[in-house]
Amino acid sequence: MANRAPVSGTALFLSFLIIGCTSIGGGLTAWIRRELVERRGWIDDQQFLANYGLSQMVPGATNVNLAVLIGAQLRGANGALIALAGLMLVPLAILLALGGFYFAAHGASHATLLNTALAGAGAVAIGFNVATGIRLGLANIRRLGPALIAAAIVVAIGVIRIPLLEVLLVAIPASLALTLLQRSR
Amino acid sequence: MIATLLQIAAMFAVLSLLAFGGGAAVLPDMQHQAVDVYHWVTAREFLDMFALSRAVPPGSMIVVLVGQKAAGVAGGLVALLAMFGPSSLLAFGVARLWHRAGGAAWRDTLEQALAPVSVGLTIASGIALARSTEHDWAAYAITAAAMLLLVFTRLHPLVVMAAGALLLILAGG
Repeated sequence: MANRAPVSGTALFLSFLIIGCTSIGGGLTAWIRRELVERRGWIDDQQFLANYGLSQMVPGATNVNLAVLIGAQLRGANGALIALAGLMLVPLAILLALGGFYFAAHGASHATLLNTALAGAGAVAIGFNVATGIRLGLANIRRLGPALIAAAIVVAIGVIRIPLLEVLLVAIPASLALTLLQRSR
Repeated sequence: MIATLLQIAAMFAVLSLLAFGGGAAVLPDMQHQAVDVYHWVTAREFLDMFALSRAVPPGSMIVVLVGQKAAGVAGGLVALLAMFGPSSLLAFGVARLWHRAGGAAWRDTLEQALAPVSVGLTIASGIALARSTEHDWAAYAITAAAMLLLVFTRLHPLVVMAAGALLLILAGG
């Protein structure tokens, strides 16, 4: 890996700019891999997966963390900033424009159609979150203990509405203890 | 204005560090603060913004719209920096320590322990959002159908969102 040519800041920015554009509509992780591993060959699959695993362990949007970690690996702290800026630029501009349009139209008397459409899209977006969680669970939870922890969190936050911090302060140590207990057997 | 920007910065900076398993984890808390504590948006608007923000990557971009509603474009930018700054710094720092301290030995244990937490938080975010807006039977039906479609098929989420919008328009009009 040491014999690879250094990555220029401009090339890094352009790559993440492309990723930010192509991933509109979804599949961000796959687009990051395609651009950086397959097209540019800046990192290999093993490095990609190591960064991906780490980006899931720290709080924050996984893909944003992934951009930070890969940027930092290629060009240090500056690389992290360049990757973030490239990734965010186009989605941010689009969203601010969408927001401006929404705030201007929302509440106007003729906006009923827009409101109904957004309510429908919102109902799907809620289902999307639940589906994502279920898919994650089907892929990663194999035992009763972890399943009960996940279920307890769903009830605590989704039904009883206990604040997140309090739930995390109990759930993370409990899950860690359970994992260690199962491993020591 | 400055006071609002500071409130935005403080609120999202805290949420940034609590977002275990991704941005979905903090949606219920974010909604509670933006709607009930600061009154920047209504519950309905929050759900609209959530739907709009799903059109662009990465996750958590809803913070831009919440900030924009509270304090204009400057508010949107401050919200973005506050939501992604602290977690990015933490990721950067943890990666350095990780490589130096040979954290790989801990990786499997941590991954295994955080998986059920992420799963629970992500599912809970959807349920909390549905319960906090005036989700009528039609909306619940669409949510349930979308959930089944997205678990069991490879349909693109944006296609399902467009279908949901169309369905509610047809049902209502």
